Amino acid sequence: MNRKAFIAMLARDAHVARRNFVPLMLQTFLQPLMFVFVFGRVMVGSGYLPPEYKSLLLPGIMALSMVSAGIWSVAMPLIAEFQFTHEIEDRLLAPMDISWLAVEKVVAGMLQALAAGLTVIPAGWLLLRPGVELSLQTPFSFVLVAVLVALFSASGGLALGCSVGQAQVGLMFSMVVAPMIFFGCTYYPWSALTNFPILQKAVLLNPMVYASEGLRGTLVPQFPHLSLLAIVAGLASFNILFLVVGLRQFHRKAID
Amino acid sequence: MMVGIRTRDLRKIYNSAPPFAAGAGSFVTATLGRKRQPKPQIVALDGLSLDVSPGEIFGLLGPNGAGKSTTVGILTTRVRPSSGQAWIGEHDVWQEPVAAKRLIGVVGQRPNLDFSLTAFEILTFHGAYFGLSAPERTDRARTLLDRFKLRDRADQLVRGFSGGMMQRLSIARAMMHDPQVLFLDEPSAGLDPQTRLLLWEIIREYNLGGKTVLLTTHNMEEADALCQRLAIVDHGRSIALGTPRELKASVPGGFLLRLRFGQHSDELLQKFQALSGVREVRATENNGADLYADRGGSLIPELANLAATARVELCDVHISEPSLENLFLHHTGRSLRES
Repeated sequence: MNRKAFIAMLARDAHVARRNFVPLMLQTFLQPLMFVFVFGRVMVGSGYLPPEYKSLLLPGIMALSMVSAGIWSVAMPLIAEFQFTHEIEDRLLAPMDISWLAVEKVVAGMLQALAAGLTVIPAGWLLLRPGVELSLQTPFSFVLVAVLVALFSASGGLALGCSVGQAQVGLMFSMVVAPMIFFGCTYYPWSALTNFPILQKAVLLNPMVYASEGLRGTLVPQFPHLSLLAIVAGLASFNILFLVVGLRQFHRKAID
Repeated sequence: MMVGIRTRDLRKIYNSAPPFAAGAGSFVTATLGRKRQPKPQIVALDGLSLDVSPGEIFGLLGPNGAGKSTTVGILTTRVRPSSGQAWIGEHDVWQEPVAAKRLIGVVGQRPNLDFSLTAFEILTFHGAYFGLSAPERTDRARTLLDRFKLRDRADQLVRGFSGGMMQRLSIARAMMHDPQVLFLDEPSAGLDPQTRLLLWEIIREYNLGGKTVLLTTHNMEEADALCQRLAIVDHGRSIALGTPRELKASVPGGFLLRLRFGQHSDELLQKFQALSGVREVRATENNGADLYADRGGSLIPELANLAATARVELCDVHISEPSLENLFLHHTGRSLRES
């Protein structure tokens, strides 16, 4: 690995993110925060949902923001750069094994996902207070889960971005990302699916479930959640899968 | 340290559509297994061997789809050959891609600038990928922007640049890390004549510093003006190799007279063959004939007389002086422009 080239590429991505700061913020936060406001404030405030829902919702929204941020920041540029602008060619020609470029994309995506996730907590808290009861009892587990969720979002972005054609971007969001979010236990805990036994088993194939349940389990452990072991095992397995698929697809795209 | 380029028996077969710049190549149908399943394959390179000396400006001349871009792609780690080997200096491109990449600068056929960055940043980040220090990067970027007349635009995003400006910036970027070998795929496509001359001057100057340059072109004039040696490529093979002067001299006679008649007459063509100075006569499509001769205009009255005597109407005459175009035509039966 060429450390200088790797760092220069991270610096380039950071520079571009800084330049696009406002649209990036709107893209990442507008939708989740509107959701927080409508469900956590309007629905709870008007009595349609119980007050505890505020605390239940916040970790799910954090998972949602992290996953959207990671997938957007890795997949969308890759789709455009490989197929349309070819911007990536200059970095493919840098004196560094091209797998490291894919790794750099993942690291940059993880950083953006973590930034998005950590911003949602205070923002959501401000929108919802009073009545949000976060209890960070095991900070180490929280950090571990947050890093695994960030890696899931960025490696998922790599795998999607190198597999989906430009013409199928809309389809990617409606067929992959949207179902993943709605069946990903973001707005309800996994235990809420007890009355739908088949669905409850089926959603375990959705990595988003482990992301939402993981953040719920470490931020609001007072609610029912999957065991930490299952969460870490689930996230780790999906991360390995996405990294392997993503790297293979990246090589296919990069070399004719 | 001067660095050369070598390829041996390069073959490339695309199983799907080749990348944009690689053109069409030629189609063959492969038979797989017992069931005859026709699978379209495109042969882009068919055993191409090249030997470019260190410090030389070498040109690949050929029509679109001849395999020029694929050759550049293989030498620059972007296209994996189906078989054969390629070296930059001592480094096998596909065994030691990182070492090879360190020695090369590449200007692709299609624009691939980083649209999220300004012209100045494109150069400095490129320098950073190659490990240049911050002062070195700034210094070189400024010099190159001046040299390529882009100083006024240094701090603008390249999104709004014209095609010619993007092309100049691409070349500046490829020179940013001072590579030993510079690849230019159709460098002057889309440039106005003035910028083309500037580009030629810059390439010559770069070469004087002991750098090797490999460029592809389908422009005869460019090949003739710029290249010290040329390979003429067609259908993925090298069909002629030498200095522009040698190549032009290898066309029989040098002059080419393209004729077209009202009807076809073998007898008449045989009479042409007997005229003094005529080296070769070839019948072509639509009652035409190509005459290779060592004189041009002075043959016309004799040709016209013979045609009149044979009662064959001479409809069209075109004389061209010794050129690489004639050479290409002589080897392939096709004009570079029409293929």
